[in-house]
Amino acid sequence: MKVIIDGKVIDAKPESTILEAARKEGVHIPTLCYHKKLSPYGGCRLCIVEVEGIPRLVASCTTPVTEGMVVRTDTEQIKKVRKTIVELILSNHPNECMVCEQNGRCELQDLAYEFGLKEIRFVGEKNVHPIQNQNPLIERDYNKCILCGRCVRMCDEVQGVGAVDFSQRGFHAKIATEYDGVLSCEFCGNCVEVCPVGALTGKISRFKGRSWEAKKTKTICNYCGCGCTIIMHAKDGQVVRVSHSEDTTVNEGCMCVKGKFGFEYINHEDRLKTPLIRKEGKLQETTWEEALGRVAENLARIKKEYGSNSIAGLSSAKCTNEDNYVFQKFMRTVIGTNNVDHCARY
Amino acid sequence: MTKKSSKKKVPGKASGRKAASKSPVSGSRSSAGKKSVRQRKIAARTKARIMVGMGTCGRAAGGVKVFEALEQLLKAGKVKAELEQTGCIGMCSQEVLVDVQLPGRTRVLYGNIKPVKEKHIKVLEQIVEKHLIGNSVVKEHVLGQIRPTDGEKPFDDVPYYEELSFNSAQERIVLRNCGSMDPESIDEYCARDGYKALTKALKEMTPDEVIDEMKLSGLRGRGGAGFPTGLKWGFAAMSKADEKYMICNADEGDPGAFMDRSVLEGDPHSILEGMAIGGYAMGAHTGYIYVRAEYPLAVKRLNIAIAQARERGLLGKNILKSGFDFEIFIKQGAGAFVCGEETALIASIEGKRGMPRPKPPFPANHGLWGKPTNINNVETLANIAPIILKGGAWYAGFGTEKSKGTKVFALAGKISNPGLIEVPMGKPLRDIIYDIGGGCPGGKEFKAVQTGGPSGGCIPASLIDTSVDYESLAQAGAIMGSGGMVVMDENTCMVEMARYFLNFTQEESCGKCVPCRVGTKRMLEILERIVDGKGEEGDVELLKDLGEDIKAASLCGLGQTAPNPVLSTIRYFRDEYDAHIHEKRCPAGVCKALFQYKVEDPFCKMCGLCVKKCPVGAIQGGAKKLAKIMDEKCVKCGVCIEVCPFDAITQIDAREKVEV
Repeated sequence: MKVIIDGKVIDAKPESTILEAARKEGVHIPTLCYHKKLSPYGGCRLCIVEVEGIPRLVASCTTPVTEGMVVRTDTEQIKKVRKTIVELILSNHPNECMVCEQNGRCELQDLAYEFGLKEIRFVGEKNVHPIQNQNPLIERDYNKCILCGRCVRMCDEVQGVGAVDFSQRGFHAKIATEYDGVLSCEFCGNCVEVCPVGALTGKISRFKGRSWEAKKTKTICNYCGCGCTIIMHAKDGQVVRVSHSEDTTVNEGCMCVKGKFGFEYINHEDRLKTPLIRKEGKLQETTWEEALGRVAENLARIKKEYGSNSIAGLSSAKCTNEDNYVFQKFMRTVIGTNNVDHCARY
Repeated sequence: MTKKSSKKKVPGKASGRKAASKSPVSGSRSSAGKKSVRQRKIAARTKARIMVGMGTCGRAAGGVKVFEALEQLLKAGKVKAELEQTGCIGMCSQEVLVDVQLPGRTRVLYGNIKPVKEKHIKVLEQIVEKHLIGNSVVKEHVLGQIRPTDGEKPFDDVPYYEELSFNSAQERIVLRNCGSMDPESIDEYCARDGYKALTKALKEMTPDEVIDEMKLSGLRGRGGAGFPTGLKWGFAAMSKADEKYMICNADEGDPGAFMDRSVLEGDPHSILEGMAIGGYAMGAHTGYIYVRAEYPLAVKRLNIAIAQARERGLLGKNILKSGFDFEIFIKQGAGAFVCGEETALIASIEGKRGMPRPKPPFPANHGLWGKPTNINNVETLANIAPIILKGGAWYAGFGTEKSKGTKVFALAGKISNPGLIEVPMGKPLRDIIYDIGGGCPGGKEFKAVQTGGPSGGCIPASLIDTSVDYESLAQAGAIMGSGGMVVMDENTCMVEMARYFLNFTQEESCGKCVPCRVGTKRMLEILERIVDGKGEEGDVELLKDLGEDIKAASLCGLGQTAPNPVLSTIRYFRDEYDAHIHEKRCPAGVCKALFQYKVEDPFCKMCGLCVKKCPVGAIQGGAKKLAKIMDEKCVKCGVCIEVCPFDAITQIDAREKVEV
């Protein structure tokens, strides 16, 4: 389908929105409420464009392309309106970028920079919300919330939980849990991932390092056989944060509570790094040779004394499918029992 | 099942009209000869009838008490009469209204009957004695008599109701039954040609013909946007789906607007009939009426009407044996203004938060539960039956080239005859404000009129000859809107008025989009600053600039129109803004921060009345001491000015007093 954006003829996919078509061709249109994994919302109004034949400016994130559509994304009016919108958002936003966890990866900050907003024309009431951090993982600072609704849609559309939604209305509209209670959800942290500002942050990562200081390593989550792609952020040899990968991989950029927040064990002092054997009533470090030798010895003895079915094997979800396959094969053929199970069933 | 490929003829009947009189519409008394149902009903009326205006407005004015008082009087047994309630006839200033009709005589309206005072009970006694028994009218309270239509004998020396200045410029199509019949009686509705249009549509017309008739009528949506109804129905009819929905938008929320409420309370069946016809035209079998929970009487009467219509087979399965099924359900809104916006309304019916969503997709393709849905306003639907019955061409005979038919307005504010009126499109504002409304009370000068409610704009006195139609109002910077018309006189501060309306819209913003959520709040704060005497250079420019951006960028109609009252007052009354900002003066003397009270020395007779009456004890003096107002305590309620027998207290600009 042919669409003309800023004078350039573009071949757009039917069904795609103006925003998708424009971005595919590298045309810059600012957004805040748009997220490619979520349904279009049309709330921030930053992506407004002019379409020939439509008297009003339209939100490009919600308007589908039509054959021969003529779109302008950069008229003086559009630039002016976008700037006003960013000013309005900033007029109800704390000016504390210096200590904000999102500093450096904040989409609002980028827009303020893009529009060169050193001062804003509007001064008035700011919403004041208590910081919600009753749980160990996610801190919600709704003073910074811009009501883009990404967290609401992520929780509802992708995660299928619906732990948060809009409440109140007008200037006092806010994101809230049921009856303003504590966050009661799976703590997958996908809301934190899609929050464009510093309203939702992972508590474990707070003040552990600026976004630009961390070395980012794309890797596979080792918690289970799903094999989610994740990005580890490490500063001074310590993992400080895990974020999702934009790549289209098995997890499509989503994570669960373990992948997102369960990284502290890596540098934890209690982490086991060598096998332990109980000697004289005390667990003592040993070598793999000794440990495996002790296991083989005991398995052989028990099998001989009490029979194969006196032994049961329990494997871990952290192992790969291949590991688990080998494990059950070992139990059935070497030990000779069907008593084999997996921790994910408990 | 409902689509018909050709006209259906009723066997053995030559015309549809006769078929109609044989239908359940006329109840069990359908076997009479050529006389119309109405004539038969009139002829059959052997008892006198008293009707009390008991819409919400009538009730608020004491209609229930009047009704009970009349009940008592009739119980006394001197005379027998049917006592009925009716809806709002529109003359708010004359509530409570009582109509009396004797057999064979014209219907006479009495107004201004207040039940609280003993003398008004006397008036009711007089009406019973003189009118019901004595067959003559009580002159002092009579408003007029309805022009005879079925050979009734008129009274001498009683003006015809239709010729009263309030009514002379009116044309009642939507309000045809309001205030003239018992809204809880389906028989009365049927006697006034009720459900004949539905019968005609089902028996004689194909759905396409119904849509063509609507297109011919030129009727445009009366909710405010003015989209042609015929086209809208056509889109919904073209959408293919296993289920479609017809919704009546009765979420009337503009301050000062009561058009829809009056129709729902006064003529609920007309809405059901309009919806059923619409459902037939587009192939919908389910209708929803989304009505405010704050309209309990409307909800009650709708429920009664739906039950009656079901009982008569005018709703439900196989309506009038046509094979067409149509059910109507009521959904009560929880009071959010934004739910009048169609996508927010749909979300609300679905049980979701009432927030608008971007269009496209339009409800005609993807509406309630994702199915094709058509939404019409109450007033639009009340127009359907007469259009089908009398033809689109007849309807198009009213109004202007682009704005056909009539429009109902709720005339309110500083006007002598506030009320509910219906005028043909194209009527000049002057006729409405002076001929119907009687101008501003107390001989005050007319200053401006706000049309279209909080989303509309104000039209100044200099444009009073503006024709009331969609295009002319838009050109003047206002909108037709749903029909609120708030009149302002010389004592209205236009800045304060703009602040009032913006305060309403910003509170009712759903909070979804940034321009509306934060933008209207910031505009309001600037206006609050100005009326508080703290306006700054550049504030007006900032208001204009921000207002234009909000209009351009907002997601739904609420935000797109919210700045209108501010922008239109700046356009026509810039001098008032400048006076507030630069001179710290409110020309209308309304903004409390900008005036003070002063005791004029030679006129004060030291009586001490003001000292006694001041509710906050802000006046010292009295008993032979000159009154002195303590400005820091004064709340500027104006009681002292009202009570001073010597007019010794005057209102002055705040700055003046400082200089003194």
